[in-house]
Amino acid sequence: MSAFTEARFEAHEAEEASGIPQPSQVQGRTQWQLTWMRLRSDKVSMIALVVIVIMIILAIAAPAIASLTGHAVNTAYPVNGENADGNPVPPGTNGFILGTDSTGRDLLVRILYGARISLFVGIVTTLIATLLGVGVGLMAGYFGGIIDTVLARFTDAVLAFPYIVLALALAAVFGPSLTIIVVMITFFSWAGIARIVRGQTLSIKEKEYIEAARSLGAGPFRIMFFDILPNLLAPVLVVATLYIPNAVVFESTLSYLTLGIQAPTPSWGNMLSDAQNFYQVAWWYLVFPAVALLITTLAFNLLGDGIRDAMDPRTERLIAARRLRRRVRRSTIKRENKEALESLAVGGTRAETGKKG
Amino acid sequence: MATANDTDGDVLVRVENVVKYFPVKAGGFLRHTVGQVHAVDDVSLVIERGKTLGLVGETGSGKSTLARCVAGLIPVTSGRVFLNGTDISRLSRSAMRPLRREVQMIFQDPYSSLNPRRRVGAIIGDPFAIHKTATGAERKRMVQELMERVGLNPEHFNRFPAEFSGGQRQRIGVARALALRPKLIICDEPVSALDVSIQAQVLNLLSDLQTEYGLSYLFIAHDLEVVRHVSDKVAVMYLGRIGEAAPADALYGQPRHPYTVALLSAAPAADPDAAAARQRIILTGDVPSPIDPPAGCRFHPRCPKAEDICRRVEPPLVTHEDSDLDPARTAVGTDGQPLEEAGPGVPGIPGGEAHVTACHFPVQPGESLASASAATIAAERESA
Amino acid sequence: MALVGYLIRRLLTGIIVVWLVATITFFLFFARPVYTVARQIAGHAATPQVIQEAINNLGLNKPIMTQYWHFLNDLVHGNLGYSYYTGESVDTMLRQDLPPTISLVIGGTILWLIVGLAVGVISATRARSVFDRVASVGVLIGLSMPAFVIGELLIGYVFQPLYSHGFHFFNTGYAGITSGISPFFGHMILPWITLATIQAAVYTRLSRGQLLETLGEDYIRTARSKGLSERRVIFRHGVRAALTPVLSQLGVDMGQLLGGVVVVETVFGLGGIGQISVEAVDQDNLPVIIGFVIIAAIFVVIANIVVDLLYAALDPRVRIT
Repeated sequence: MSAFTEARFEAHEAEEASGIPQPSQVQGRTQWQLTWMRLRSDKVSMIALVVIVIMIILAIAAPAIASLTGHAVNTAYPVNGENADGNPVPPGTNGFILGTDSTGRDLLVRILYGARISLFVGIVTTLIATLLGVGVGLMAGYFGGIIDTVLARFTDAVLAFPYIVLALALAAVFGPSLTIIVVMITFFSWAGIARIVRGQTLSIKEKEYIEAARSLGAGPFRIMFFDILPNLLAPVLVVATLYIPNAVVFESTLSYLTLGIQAPTPSWGNMLSDAQNFYQVAWWYLVFPAVALLITTLAFNLLGDGIRDAMDPRTERLIAARRLRRRVRRSTIKRENKEALESLAVGGTRAETGKKG
Repeated sequence: MATANDTDGDVLVRVENVVKYFPVKAGGFLRHTVGQVHAVDDVSLVIERGKTLGLVGETGSGKSTLARCVAGLIPVTSGRVFLNGTDISRLSRSAMRPLRREVQMIFQDPYSSLNPRRRVGAIIGDPFAIHKTATGAERKRMVQELMERVGLNPEHFNRFPAEFSGGQRQRIGVARALALRPKLIICDEPVSALDVSIQAQVLNLLSDLQTEYGLSYLFIAHDLEVVRHVSDKVAVMYLGRIGEAAPADALYGQPRHPYTVALLSAAPAADPDAAAARQRIILTGDVPSPIDPPAGCRFHPRCPKAEDICRRVEPPLVTHEDSDLDPARTAVGTDGQPLEEAGPGVPGIPGGEAHVTACHFPVQPGESLASASAATIAAERESA
Repeated sequence: MALVGYLIRRLLTGIIVVWLVATITFFLFFARPVYTVARQIAGHAATPQVIQEAINNLGLNKPIMTQYWHFLNDLVHGNLGYSYYTGESVDTMLRQDLPPTISLVIGGTILWLIVGLAVGVISATRARSVFDRVASVGVLIGLSMPAFVIGELLIGYVFQPLYSHGFHFFNTGYAGITSGISPFFGHMILPWITLATIQAAVYTRLSRGQLLETLGEDYIRTARSKGLSERRVIFRHGVRAALTPVLSQLGVDMGQLLGGVVVVETVFGLGGIGQISVEAVDQDNLPVIIGFVIIAAIFVVIANIVVDLLYAALDPRVRIT
């Protein structure tokens, strides 16, 4: 060790002995740890997360539940499952927990199998779309020039394209199938992600550490992967979480229009399409699949919003300001003074936002 | 020292007549060029092995651009840059790659020159990864050695930049630059963003490293005192050209270019008595835009000594023999008395031993510019 | 005069786009093995003779480029072919089925723009109030629900109960203006609400965000300090600036809109061209599908041109280059 280093370590030890908290004692938290801490304190997001996990577990367990109830997913039970007029039976009859559908099939089992399709499509298409979108966005943003122009225009064209037209055409030519749905939804999802990634890349590209990497001799792909990508993970996670419910809705819409999953395979979309004819005699056939769909999409939307707020360090100041205002309001200070204090709290928030990090 | 021999043993970097213009584009779809930013306009200099060349100038003087030209980060519009005899200004990216090990950079802002999402060990280990010189456990060992060398605790190599102070982050940058044992480190205002007490630490570190590893530095700053402390030779830039260059002591002891004199007069002095005794030269006007630099000597609009020839003819960068600087021959005369130009002088190259100045009427020893500048200001006020 | 030049340029580009779309669709459908195409058209139960008949009648065994040439030729003359199902000319079909679609689009767009912007603006001006919170919950629900679910719920729990209790104002299906104002609205209100809800949610969120940002800007503070009434400040200065991103979003949303139109028509049985095309897929009725695709392309192109013109009118910084 050089004399220089020795002296420094001596000073360091002296500081430690004096009782001042040292950098080594203060726990450094990564960005992800901080985000998770904030997310945990957000009750709504936590509920949404729990709901999603439950939904996934139920979907995976669908075959097990089917054997538990003794009703297979595509089997009709005309004896138990239909009443005298040949209409579906209500929830709770004859061991059908949620009732039956138009041909006497167990509604609960079919809803759970529908969940498998919806969750599968939602998550898989978003995953692939994210990979594609990040790839395209990164290259467009980093390389610029003609590559950017071509890719950006293509992205815009895909974004503006009426999906229904392609859905109709593809269904007409190839016939509806799960593969077609996955391909189509992926095709329409990557563009939104690509656009966001491109924007982020453009601004990250100008940072000094990128210039530093180039001065070290790093090639473009190394820079994109090691230097830019880690800074993209946060916004991409938010966008991806918000795209999952879009994909779920997309799939159910297509199935509803009979351009997607075909009967007898259950999808919430085609179930709801059939339910239209029976709502007068069987409200459960309409309500339960609709509720399942709604809960799923709502949960993902709330979770996505929650993650976005949790990633934003400004949220903490907003939470703190809100707490302060609440305390002031509940206290017994005179009214005029209260207002002054409250406006200070708001002003404090704004002033803090102006401070540099 | 103005030798045309590229293989001169003492010279590590030779910059020859480098020009860098940036196009200014306008128009919507089919953008066309409407002007040029004259960032660097015909600059030549040398950097000697194991020595530090300080480059001083205001914002817009082109010093950062010149640094990046030397580093090979941006292509030059014309001119050549020689590193160890090799012309790096025309090389392709892949040919340039191995040479990047010889030239490294330290950046100004410790907060944005390190990727906030990467661990410090990865950041410092980047050079080894990029040039494939060390992997795995050996890379970790070398990274930790570097950390220790620059004064950081090697156990912290898994931490993120946010957990370090500004001074420590700058040390990380130094460690990263040092990794491949380069011959030249370009320091782009490395201490401007640091507190004064930390500045000294980092400068001492740089000085230690120079002695230990025989490094050459191109040290860019706008703070004259800092530059004086670290540099062997100093060059002063103004609007893309070098106004004056000399060994450090000569420049600070005997500044000849009016701009240099003005800069020195504005720098804070440690000794209050000396500061009081000093006379401030106040330059009028703003720095002109580099898109449309003034004709003749670029400094003439703000120079208290400007004469007609200064407005027309660009002064060459030359050494002036002492005999040329006879006070009797080149008296200051803003009241219309005829001035005589300095004699032709010997061309010299910045970074060498010669004291070169680009001025038609260099400042004399003992000459006071204060009265001249005060007179100019008064004259302007009258005419306004 | 720059405006005219701009219009002409956009129209030309638009024509190229429509042509491209028609070409791609044509080749997508017909550039397959002749037998496959014919069998699809003739139906799965068709015998080989029927299939052969189909090939002859439709000229499917001619070289693909000849077929394409006929297709283009017919197209330019406004002839979209004949429905395989009913034999009637496609353009007649489309013309008949256009009115419900147009009523739906116009009414729905007006409704969503008004509601979306109004709620967004009010939410922004009364940020964090009760109204704002309720509105954001509404937005969240609107964003999470597919159009057909909303439509079905409306039919099941608004239309149906009212109808069975003798309140016959609302109806499924379509009644043109010619049948009277009241029947027209009775048939269209629920579809309009369905179409508008999701889009309104998106635009509420968008306009609220934009307006909040704009209201924080300096030139708004200047307007306030000039002593302008708060309403004037908001409307004159704030809303105008906040509108421009909304408009550009509108251009992109045309594609989404078409999808919504098809769904709403199907749910309420309006019989517009959207619903017809979906049925055509079931029937393998290719000319009808092609007809819909082309009309959709034309619509999107024109809608985008209109939006761009509005954008330029609203934002003086945009020069029509």
